[in-house]
Amino acid sequence: MTTTKGQTTPASNAAPGSDVLLRIENLKVEYLAGRGSVRAVDGVSFTIHRGEVIGLAGESGCGKSTVAQAIMRILQPPAIITGGEIIFEGRDVLQMNDRELRKFRWDGVSMVFQSAMNSLNPVATIGDQIIDGIQAHKKVSNAEGREMAAELLEIVGIERDRIDSYPHQLSGGMRQRAVIAIALALQPPLMIMDEPTTALDVVVQREILAKIGELKERFGFSIIFITHDMSLLVEISDRIAIMYAGQIIEMSNSRELFETPLHPYTEGLMGSFPALTGPRRKLEGIPGSPPDLISPPSGCRFHPRCPKRMLMCDRVRPQLGEHSPGHQVRCHLYEVSRPHRVEPSDLEPHPQAIARQGHESERSVS
Amino acid sequence: MIEAPPKQDLVMDIRNLTKHFPIGGIGDKRKVHAVEDVTFHIPRRQIVTLVGESGSGKSTTARLIARLIEPTSGEIIYNGTDVLKSESSGASLKYRSDVQMVFQDPFGSLNPAHTIEYILERPLKIHKKTRGRKETRERIYELLETVGLGPAQEVAAKFPYELSGGQRQRVAFARALSVEPKVMLADEPVSMLDVSIRVGVLNLMKRLADDQGLSFLYITHDIASARYISDHTNVMYAGRMVEGAPSDELVHEPAHPYTKLLLSAVPNPHAGLRTTDVPARGEIPSLIDPPPGCPFAPRCPFAMKRCREAMPPPFTIGKDHWARCYLYDDLPNDPNV
Repeated sequence: MTTTKGQTTPASNAAPGSDVLLRIENLKVEYLAGRGSVRAVDGVSFTIHRGEVIGLAGESGCGKSTVAQAIMRILQPPAIITGGEIIFEGRDVLQMNDRELRKFRWDGVSMVFQSAMNSLNPVATIGDQIIDGIQAHKKVSNAEGREMAAELLEIVGIERDRIDSYPHQLSGGMRQRAVIAIALALQPPLMIMDEPTTALDVVVQREILAKIGELKERFGFSIIFITHDMSLLVEISDRIAIMYAGQIIEMSNSRELFETPLHPYTEGLMGSFPALTGPRRKLEGIPGSPPDLISPPSGCRFHPRCPKRMLMCDRVRPQLGEHSPGHQVRCHLYEVSRPHRVEPSDLEPHPQAIARQGHESERSVS
Repeated sequence: MIEAPPKQDLVMDIRNLTKHFPIGGIGDKRKVHAVEDVTFHIPRRQIVTLVGESGSGKSTTARLIARLIEPTSGEIIYNGTDVLKSESSGASLKYRSDVQMVFQDPFGSLNPAHTIEYILERPLKIHKKTRGRKETRERIYELLETVGLGPAQEVAAKFPYELSGGQRQRVAFARALSVEPKVMLADEPVSMLDVSIRVGVLNLMKRLADDQGLSFLYITHDIASARYISDHTNVMYAGRMVEGAPSDELVHEPAHPYTKLLLSAVPNPHAGLRTTDVPARGEIPSLIDPPPGCPFAPRCPFAMKRCREAMPPPFTIGKDHWARCYLYDDLPNDPNV
């Protein structure tokens, strides 16, 4: 009963015959802060196909978690979605009413949070917490619910006799698996995992990832996997989107992104983690700090930290464009090789010009 | 890489360091064996790593060496003297300035109510490193420049919340440096920082070791970063040190089954995609009055009967490379460990 309606909306860049599950178009999210609004997500678009793992990477504050929360529509004020479309199985999530939303969450998309092991209720058994989730969406008796919960625990590799354990009786890794069991309960076609293994030790992380991979093969769901751990992301995802200051600055299949990163920021990220094998060489990282989104840098938002900065970079906003089939990048270095038209809105007055003019009329948020 | 001097010049020589914590219940005699019989050393100007998972005792070891807590038994030989004996009632001010610690959380380790200048001024005053306002100021600016924070005057006037995580961690390093330490104990100094910032802080540590002759104990769970900056790496598991080797050798020729497990779990995009085989399951065992024998035996694919009966002694695998594992009992014991 979940797959209905089909893809009636024209999927712009989906390959013919491919099965698009979720399409995000020009998503914009702002946080209304005291000093003005912060555009945490600024025109993000991408699609997810059935059974696909999309990696979302970037530094803290780049907007990757905000994208995830926007998809679930769990953003709280002062965060507001100011524009865009989130089309899930042909329907716009942003237009759903409360009843539809309740069904969409957990039936359509479930989410595993970063501190998920601490998101369990400490005074309820894990069995009860799983049954709760199931009964909120399905009419099942307590006995049936209990049986389903026990099965789910077995699926994620927890013995079924732990069903009456309280969270504190489980180790961190087991709690994380229990949370994944809850997310799996209604077998949604999409799971969003926001740093699901960051708080865990590497060995436990490896176990959980193996489990996720196995479950994905078995149930065929899609995953949006959010992390700042590039080496992990390259290993597990089909495609990766790199975010910087609220925008996707590069997107490609993960192998290609790892082997031939185009954007200087991606290159910097890939050169930021020491490798386990190969020659020991000096790494440089990326100089500077992530930008302040209240007053983001003019032109390309990465230009103050960019080692390949050109004259135009602080004046013209680069567009995300296709560099080669399936490989998009937002950088002036690659714009010469593709047709590009500079729109008046892409142009930004040079900081010195602003200073000369004294005060410039602020473009207010509509 | 730095060649080890012919006669090892040791800054720190840690012998049989042990820490048991009482559980705390009334009449409860049980003890948590947090650190058990740990022996290793830090040669001058080198970076030595302790790598392990949470609960392995690596942070407790650092806190013992910093003398934030007192060990149950063992020796901490600093520049040839056992400081636990010579300064038995607590570390001297000199030891505290010679051995400095940098913590994991740069958001929690700096007082949010004070400016960077004040934060750096305190240790200079307490340890009487500078005289007068002008000299103190100049020293603060110099320290900030050393850790790569500039323009120093601007940074000094800021509050911690105005700095990013990486910058804050650099301030923490500057504060530790202010008292002219000889040894720095860095407890997971980069694990809370953004990926793009981490390498900068690691490079800073390497530079301080190379240029200023500092010796480092680097504590981490990230074995790849251990290989990147350190000369020697020791692996800890459940309070025990199970293997030690030159960092590069440890990664390429691990001897102990636990080290192998740890290495196989590290995400490695160079090694191809989706390695889903998990060589050993389970987690670190309880440290409350653990049974005799190797703590890894319950998870070890090679465990033998004798592994559950007694902890294996260190066997020599190669130069500066040893492992506590009975798989290598045909090799001679390592007298240095």
